[in-house]
Order: sequence, then structure tokens, then C-alpha cells
Amino acid sequence: MALQRSSRWSQRRLAPWLFLAPGALLFLLYVIIPIGQSIWISFYDWDGLGAAKWIGLRNYSDLFDDDSFYTSLYNNMWWLLLYLLAIPAGLAIALFLNQTVAGIRLYKSLFFFPFVISQVVVGLIFSWFYAPDFGLLPRIIGFFTGTETAILADERYATFGIIAAGLWPQIAYCMILYLTGLNNINPEQVEAARMDNARGFAMLWYIVIPQLRPATFIALVVTVIGALRSFDLVSIMTAGGPYGSTRVLSYFMYEQSLSEYGTAMGYGAAIAVVLFAIMLVFISLFITRMLMQERNA
Amino acid sequence: MFPKPIQKSAPWLQASYKLLLPLALFIWLLPLIGIAVTSVRPSSDLAAGNYFGWPSRFAGVENYTAVFTNSNIGWYILNSFKVTIPTVIGAVGLSCLTGFALAVYKFRLNLAVFFMFVAGNFVPFQILAIPVRNLTIHLGLYDTITGLVLFHVAFQTGFCTLFMRNFIKALPFALIESARVEGVNEWKIFRHIVLPLMRPAIAALAVLIFTFVWNDYFWATIMAQSADVRPVTAGMNELKGQWKVAWELITAASIVAALPPVAMFFLMQKHFIAGLTLGATKG
Repeated sequence: MALQRSSRWSQRRLAPWLFLAPGALLFLLYVIIPIGQSIWISFYDWDGLGAAKWIGLRNYSDLFDDDSFYTSLYNNMWWLLLYLLAIPAGLAIALFLNQTVAGIRLYKSLFFFPFVISQVVVGLIFSWFYAPDFGLLPRIIGFFTGTETAILADERYATFGIIAAGLWPQIAYCMILYLTGLNNINPEQVEAARMDNARGFAMLWYIVIPQLRPATFIALVVTVIGALRSFDLVSIMTAGGPYGSTRVLSYFMYEQSLSEYGTAMGYGAAIAVVLFAIMLVFISLFITRMLMQERNA
Repeated sequence: MFPKPIQKSAPWLQASYKLLLPLALFIWLLPLIGIAVTSVRPSSDLAAGNYFGWPSRFAGVENYTAVFTNSNIGWYILNSFKVTIPTVIGAVGLSCLTGFALAVYKFRLNLAVFFMFVAGNFVPFQILAIPVRNLTIHLGLYDTITGLVLFHVAFQTGFCTLFMRNFIKALPFALIESARVEGVNEWKIFRHIVLPLMRPAIAALAVLIFTFVWNDYFWATIMAQSADVRPVTAGMNELKGQWKVAWELITAASIVAALPPVAMFFLMQKHFIAGLTLGATKG
């Protein structure tokens, strides 16, 4: 009896590790360990084939002297700032669509549609939309201002043109999060507030938005991560151009280490480490909040 | 309900809402409508500057046929399926196990392991790229479907574990307790009690991971070289270079490439949204 109980007990101690092993080992091998390896590689001068030479922090000091690095960093900042607009915009569309009229379900799905399409296709769609001579947007701008602008060929506008393309699916994503959130707000509170004559913006601000906090948190996480991960659209729409003006850290790293001509592994790893460090700030914030929720649960 | 149901508003407001809906949708999808129309234009329209008018005739059949006969896109799409389907099976399968382990057992490192999966899921791809590519080369799997699948399975297991663990946590724990009292072993508890209840989570994750992996571009670019491995996202970039201004072909190919996840979304909409909005209502 005692023996049986102890074998049961040890089974229950061992079981989680057996269940975890395949997934966790693969995740360690392909995700966790490579982070450490990249940090390690960033201290070397290495072309990916020959012998690697330890150079300490040289890659980083080179990086801080590199104009392309500052361009990338600056663009990443714009990406992050402007991407956050997806949250209020998504909320606005969700409020607009949160009705029960005939066919509203189909409207909701079609508004969500851009999120399902790959960024490669979104990039191609917007390249077409922006194309000089025949693109739709230059036509519209031309109609109002009399001059057509080639957005993606103009250093002043190219990054913003790409960010706008990225916002399209991102707004759709935030919208769907808020639609689900709105579906689950407490109707009694809303009715009670209505009795107290709260309406319009005051109702939204004091009653509805506080109840949407979980949705806002997820929207914030996916938007920040999405903004800093931005790579696909830059690659498809401008390949970093014109004159490298639309580079972001992720694309700059790709150019240095992974593209056809990129063999600067150590340098690219250093760029990746900087991007990782920036994201780590946000990841830590997110994890801390999630951890607090776990503790309270 | 907020905002106030439109049915309780003045009739003119109701009428304008019904008018505004299709108009807003039209503007929202304008870029998409634009490429859909372009994809059925004859190339002569584009040459003659008819970009926005009604297509002079319907050239959809010839454009879409040309896309398949002039390029490898058929192969690329097949490659995408070959990468995506095993990844979905692998990542969802592994995360059923990891999610179960983290939701059901109390052990000291539980939260640490859980947050390893969560945090890993948020890192930029670039910090993984060089070591992962080297690892793949060392395994002799560079430029193979298997090489891509292994990475995707590993990476997606992070998100899937988060999802599965939270899903199982919400199941009634008494079910597991009473099975233990009856002396059912841990594997059978997983297999016969928990797994059948996970069907909705498995469906939701399957459509989500399908879409994520189908739409992956970065790894498709750096881990695949040859035409018989290259997924359609990387293939599209190549075709864009090849066709330059033949927008009727580029747009048609874009629509073809976007179709599988779109079909998946419309067929499994409920699961897709349930997966995407997990956690948007509580906590």
C-alpha cells in the first residue's frame, strides 16, 4: 500500500517533465540557446565560413559610429509610435461595428480581412496603391494638390508609406480584440450608468474603456511586438531604399548578415542584440504584468 | 450594450448608419478591390492607361492561367503546404503535452518554464537567425522542407503552449482529481479525459498556426534557396522582380498566394477569432 502510494507520487513528480520534454527541448534548441549564441557571436569578427576572431566590443563601437544604425533606430521609433495608433483606430472601428443590424457579421469579417493576408501581399497591394503614374493614391493626392508624389521613392515619405501599409492589418487585429471585449462588457453597469445620465464620451471613458482593459493589454502587446518586428513590408516595398532611408534594425541586420552579399555575422549579431535589448524592455513589462495576474489567480 | 443599439436611434440616424456601413467597408478595402480589379484587366488596358475605369474586357482567365504557366507559383504553393501542414501538426501536438504539463502539475519550475515559452515567443527573429541557420546547416537540413518545419514547430510551440496551458487551466480540475482517486494513470488522464475536451483549442490553434506559418516570409527567405523548397511568400518577392510592371500578373499571383489562409479563415472563422482573442475578455 505504502509502496503503491509512493510510486504514484513519483509518477506524478516525473510526469510533467515527460510531458514537457519534447516541446521544451526543441524550444530550447531553436529559440532559447540561439539567443545566447547570437550574443556570443556579436563579440567576434566572423564571415560565417572562416575562423572567427574575438574582437570584444568592437562591433558595438562600430555600430555606434554607423549612420545606417541611427537611421534604422530612428525609423524603428517611428514604427513604434505610429503603430500605437492601431489601438485607438481599432477601438473606433469596433465601436462603429458593434451593432446588430442585418449582415453585420459579414461586415465584421470583411473588416478583419486584411489581417489574414500575408504581409508580402499587403506590401504588394500597397506598392501598387502608391505606384507613381497609375497608383490610386498619387491620383487622389494629385487631384487635391495638383502634383503627384511617388511615395516609396521619396526619402521623406517612404517610411511613413510603409508604416501606413502595416497599420492596415494591425488596426484589423486590434478591432477584433475590441469587438470581443465589447461583447463581454457588463451590460448592467452600462445600463446603471445610463440611468445616471452618462452617455457618449463620458460613458466610453469611465465605464467602457476600463472594462476593456484585458483587450487593450493584448492589443498593446501585439502592436509593440509587431512594430519592432517589422521586416516583411520593408523588404517587399523598398528593400530599405531609397538610399537606405527606410531601413529598420531588423532589415539592417538582414542586409549585413543574411542577404546575398551579407557576410558580417558578428556585426549583424550586434544589431540583433540591440534590437533584442529594446524588445526586452517591453517583454519584461508584459511578463511582469502577466506574472502578477498569475499570482492573483 | 455600448454604443447604444442603433435601433433605438432616430430613423434618419438608422438610415445613415446603413448607408455608412458599405461606404466605410469600400474605403477600408479599397486597396484590395483595386488589385482584384487589376488582376482581371487585360495588359492592353494597363498599357493604354486604363487603370481605374471598368476593364475593357474580362481577362481573368488568361491572367490567372499566365500566372501558373509563366512561373513556378504552383510549386511554391505546394511547398507552402508542405511546410505549413506538418508544422501545424507538430506544434499543436507538442503543445498539447506541454500545455497539459504546465496546467495540471504543481512543481517548482512551473512558472519559470511557462514564461520561458511566453518570452521566447516575443523575441525578434533576427536574434535567432544566424545560430538557427548554422544549426540547420550542421544538421544537413539547409534548403530543405524539413529544416524549415523543424524551426517553425519549435518556435510556434511557444505560442501554442501559452494558449493550451491557459485553456486547460480553465477546465474543471475536479475531473482530473476524481480520475486520480480512481487510480487512473497520468497518461490516461491526459489521453482520455483532457485531450477530448481540448478539441476547440486544437481547432483554434490549427487555423492560427496555419495562417502564421503560411504567411511567414523571413524564414522562407533565409532558409530556402531552391525552387523546390521555396514557399510562396518568398516566391512572390522573386516574381515581383521578374514581372516588374506586369501588374495584372503580380496582382493575380498575390490573390492566388493569399487564398489558402483566406479560405481557412472564412471556413473556420469562429475558431480563428476564438484563438486570436483568447485572453481579451478576462484577466
